[in-house]
Amino acid sequence: MVVTTKHTIDEIWSYLEEVIDPEIPVLNVVEMGIVRDVEWKKDECIVKITPTYSGCPAMNAIENEIRKKLAEKGVHSFQVLTDFKESWTTDWMTDHAKQKLKEYGIAPPEEKVDSEDFLLNLIGSQKIVPCPYCDSMETVLQSEFGSTACKSQYYCNECEQPFEHFKCI
Amino acid sequence: MSTFDKIPETKEEAFLEVLLRLADDRLIHGHRLSEWCGHGPELEEDLALANVALDMIGHAASLYSYAAQLEGKPDEDYYAYFRDDIDFKNIALVELPKGDFAFTILRQFLFSAFSFFNYRELIKTVKDEQFNGMLQKHFKEIKYHLRHSREWVLRLGDGTEESHRRIQEAIDEIWMYTGEFFHLDDIDKAAISFNLYTDTSAFKKEWESLVFGTFEEATLQKPDNDQYMFEGARSGRHTEYLGPLLAQMQFLRRSHPEAEWK
Repeated sequence: MVVTTKHTIDEIWSYLEEVIDPEIPVLNVVEMGIVRDVEWKKDECIVKITPTYSGCPAMNAIENEIRKKLAEKGVHSFQVLTDFKESWTTDWMTDHAKQKLKEYGIAPPEEKVDSEDFLLNLIGSQKIVPCPYCDSMETVLQSEFGSTACKSQYYCNECEQPFEHFKCI
Repeated sequence: MSTFDKIPETKEEAFLEVLLRLADDRLIHGHRLSEWCGHGPELEEDLALANVALDMIGHAASLYSYAAQLEGKPDEDYYAYFRDDIDFKNIALVELPKGDFAFTILRQFLFSAFSFFNYRELIKTVKDEQFNGMLQKHFKEIKYHLRHSREWVLRLGDGTEESHRRIQEAIDEIWMYTGEFFHLDDIDKAAISFNLYTDTSAFKKEWESLVFGTFEEATLQKPDNDQYMFEGARSGRHTEYLGPLLAQMQFLRRSHPEAEWK
């Protein structure tokens, strides 16, 4: 008779905390808010994940890393499902995660913009993103699209450094 | 279900039509944008167009995956790679060749503006949790696309003599393909009756006010709104440009249908 000890939900979460976001190697997938739910359905562990950006090419890599990690930890029966029920927002990132981003040189996302004001805001001012290196407010947007789907390009006029900003969605 | 004007009789059939119409627009538009990769006028813009292309292909992939679940097809690739031009339900606007940068930007602006209003209304209408979640996700990204392309319309229109001429020519060339945004065929009407789609004509004025307001600010002339308007692509009557696009996009997959990424 084969005896299998079931890993607790907390244990599974702690395994997932070891899975690092391939494009932002200072954050794990739990801190990013990518893992939405973990549960046992009978003898099968169901992990629900949600994409950050629709076109994020890292999502497949992340899913594979999660599979590898669970297998490595001895979770034999599991499913990784993509869930769209709630759409990912940078608000799900913890303050701690935002601090880590800043230390890594990426300006973290700030509070979400209210979508109702979008058409009004379409015409008019750009928001100011402080430089992650020197905290100067003298920064300019260079491109809304950066090296990955989730980042935009800024330049700091104070310390003369280009930097990336984690877009706020 | 084959395309040619078969009216959905059940809610399930109508749902599939709505998913595929939205997805096909995004896949084909995304593919046209991807043709700019490595050819953008400057590095930032090359990245931007490739990013928008990724978003749009990502939107299509999520919608196709859901359609595949509902229809019992293997996965999203079935819809992208194993259908012929007559089965694609996209509007003609998105299949037109990429043209010059002004043409690409103007098309993006008109499409993103339409998508903004269409998604805003769809999110209020659609009850299905997964589909609604997808719409909300896409909506956030559509806002970025709209802001980006609108800024470029202003810059090109109110820029040099050449940039002004090029984007004005793009307006005159593209306009006849914008009718399909607001033309509701019997399939749309069936979907509306099941509360799965919205009457796009309801926000036509809002769309026009955003588009014409931007043209005015960019010192561009309004197009002739009474001209002949193209229609029929949604039910498979495409322009001659879709076939070659699909040939390029589908060739490899169809040559190696069993191939897998390892």
